[in-house]
Amino acid sequence: MSKTALVVDDSSSMRQMVAYTLAQAGFTVLEGGNGQEGLDKLAGQKVALIITDLNMPVMDGIEFIKQVRAKPPYKFTPVLMLTTETTDAKKQAGKAAGATGWLVKPFNPQNLLQVIAKVVP
Amino acid sequence: MQEIDLNIFRTAFFDEAMEHVANIESALLELESNSGDPELLNRIFRAAHSIKGGSGTFGLGDVTRFTHALESLLDPLRQGTLLFSEGIANLLFRATDVLEALLIAAKAGRASDPASESMLHDLEAALHSPGSLEPGEVAADSVAPSSAPGMREYRVMFAPHGDVFSQGMDPVLLVRNLAALGEVSRCEMQLEDIPSLRELDPERCYLRWSLQLRSERSEAELRDVFAFVEDGSRIEIEAAADAATEAIGTQIVLSMAPALPAMVARAAPAPTSVGREERTEGSKASTLRVSTDKLDRLVNLVGELVIAQSMITQALKDPSEGARVRLGEAAIEMDRNTRELQDLVMSVRMVPMGSVFNRFPRLARDLGAAHNKKIALIIEGQETEIDKGIIEQIADPLTHLIRNAIDHGLESPEQRLLAGKPETGTIHLAAFHQGGSVIIEVRDDGRGLNTERIRQKGLDLGLLRAGESYSEEQIHALIFEPGFSTAAVVSDLSGRGVGMDVVRSNIDALNGSLSLSSSPGQGTRVRLRLPLTLAILEGLSLRVGAHVFVLPLLSIHESFRPSASQLKSVFRRGEVVLVRGEPIPLVRLYEVLGLTPETTDPCRALVVIVETGATKLGLLVDELLGQGQVVVKSLETNYRKVIGVMGATILGDGQVALILDVEGLSRRALGSNRPPGGSGDDAASVPPHRSVRLLPKESPHGTEHRTS
Repeated sequence: MSKTALVVDDSSSMRQMVAYTLAQAGFTVLEGGNGQEGLDKLAGQKVALIITDLNMPVMDGIEFIKQVRAKPPYKFTPVLMLTTETTDAKKQAGKAAGATGWLVKPFNPQNLLQVIAKVVP
Repeated sequence: MQEIDLNIFRTAFFDEAMEHVANIESALLELESNSGDPELLNRIFRAAHSIKGGSGTFGLGDVTRFTHALESLLDPLRQGTLLFSEGIANLLFRATDVLEALLIAAKAGRASDPASESMLHDLEAALHSPGSLEPGEVAADSVAPSSAPGMREYRVMFAPHGDVFSQGMDPVLLVRNLAALGEVSRCEMQLEDIPSLRELDPERCYLRWSLQLRSERSEAELRDVFAFVEDGSRIEIEAAADAATEAIGTQIVLSMAPALPAMVARAAPAPTSVGREERTEGSKASTLRVSTDKLDRLVNLVGELVIAQSMITQALKDPSEGARVRLGEAAIEMDRNTRELQDLVMSVRMVPMGSVFNRFPRLARDLGAAHNKKIALIIEGQETEIDKGIIEQIADPLTHLIRNAIDHGLESPEQRLLAGKPETGTIHLAAFHQGGSVIIEVRDDGRGLNTERIRQKGLDLGLLRAGESYSEEQIHALIFEPGFSTAAVVSDLSGRGVGMDVVRSNIDALNGSLSLSSSPGQGTRVRLRLPLTLAILEGLSLRVGAHVFVLPLLSIHESFRPSASQLKSVFRRGEVVLVRGEPIPLVRLYEVLGLTPETTDPCRALVVIVETGATKLGLLVDELLGQGQVVVKSLETNYRKVIGVMGATILGDGQVALILDVEGLSRRALGSNRPPGGSGDDAASVPPHRSVRLLPKESPHGTEHRTS
């Protein structure tokens, strides 16, 4: 049984790149265009990893992370945030919301997988 | 025999040595932040010294030499003549690892690692030229040729912040990732911070890791592993600048535990904390180690019990016919669960006899040496399990018995040879299950008890009556009487006068029984019969008048309705009932307990034959109700001690029933059952309970009645 990952990003190209990389690494990938869609896709099912952008319409990444963390099934799920900025303030905001780690855009598949290895067994 | 002996101590030595190694390590760790604290150095010295002392005894020359070298270095350190430096700390750490490897090898019976030789060299070098140990120089000095260029030794300490789990991070994964970057020579998980279960927040991480690894990676690369948890966590990475890793012979298995349930992680092996737990166990005898497996099963059972109970509640609310059926089913289910739960809870309290038996080889050795006797102690049935509460009470009586067997039972080698026996005396200590009880036997092949001398002493002390005949068994039983000094009588050895009466009262207190058999020149056997547990008793419930009582099944022999020809009245001894010709004192329970019976005619009632020690009694009761397990509630804690009553229990119908204590009952009953004036002066000089046990079975009167 393969692991499932959820990718949330309003930019479909970015989302697809991430999704493709994950699929290559053996993940079954769910996709959402914003935080709300991400929550809808999750719908309580078990995922091994969540990757989310921060700046998104409808529901942004920070709020999405907060809501995900508040749901018991995802209390301990690794959540990575995709950021363009590497400022500490952003990282802190993400962490405060419950993010596990971060991923700096632009990324290449190799370092994406490296980062994932840090949070998914 | 000799082998068992050694093995027992070897294991204990290695366990202890490992504890010392763990102590050295933790003291070294403290030393690093508390540089040169003399008390810490003393602790290390003492630990090394203890290992050295023990290793010599077991012929572990390598360990002895190594710890000696370690001591030689530690001594000037603690005297202050050699200054503690980082180089020395590193050396000591490595030495500790080598020591541990040596111990592990020695324990497994393997040849020791050649690394210890080079380490010995290093220790000596450090002593003579401490300067050469400063960091940097060491690296240049001792780079092993096999080391790849750029290989470095790192010491990593990782203490994730408490919320690491709710950040979605698995700290074990990080440790694994780190381990993947190099070769781990040591990985320990520190559990000290785990609070008690009550205070434990299962979502918090209380774990810390310390690793030692060899890697080509830079420190920054290692640090990057922890990038996401850097904030709030403690991460210390230290390049030891030291490639002499070959010296470290140990490879300790990574103790990786599932990250989420920190509780489970507690069960994972971590050398330091195991030692600590054992130590606390030693000091607090009231704690008990239970396997998590058993606990899990307990929790499961309780879960099933809750389900069955809710089924019952449901069915009770439902008036339909189907509900009645379900109620019955649920009750059966609950019954099964309760029984299982009871067994399991009892088994949790069970510990193997070995934990007490273990101390005796040493005792035998020491006493044998003191008395110039050759002794072989053979222990059997160490695995026999018995209630922890009983184990704690049995150690002293057993020590008395073994001491006695050695002091008084076994002869000197010369005497034995003269008697045509092997020079070495044998003491058998055995435990086994029989029925619902545990039997412990202490048997020696010594000279046996001197019946004639005991009889004489018994007469002198007024414990026996002149002119009456007593069985050997009854005479032998005298040695368990208070004030009966065995030393002068039983043996010629100037003994310590070990109080065998203490043994008897201890066994009585445990609701057990004791019997002794001895034959001259062949040896003595003392047999203890103990209940498996004190909390639950297999009992026979019976009725006297309107009252229900419980008798411990262990003490019951048989029950029957006597015929008139079986009942006799014996001069001086009151009523007896003849069982296959043997006259047994008849005790009318209603008289002793002050109740109104259904009938006072024994031929319309029942007699239950019970036995305690060497005494048999026939108890007259109205009716037997059935047997079953009862939970013993102490009367003493709730009321006061009543002679003849062991405790109380609550019956199925909610009635409280007293559990009769046969031993006490016999004292009480026979003390008052004597016809007035029957025993005249004797009654005045001898406490009634003492004469009770000595009632002869084979009296001229008894024989007369039997033949009539």
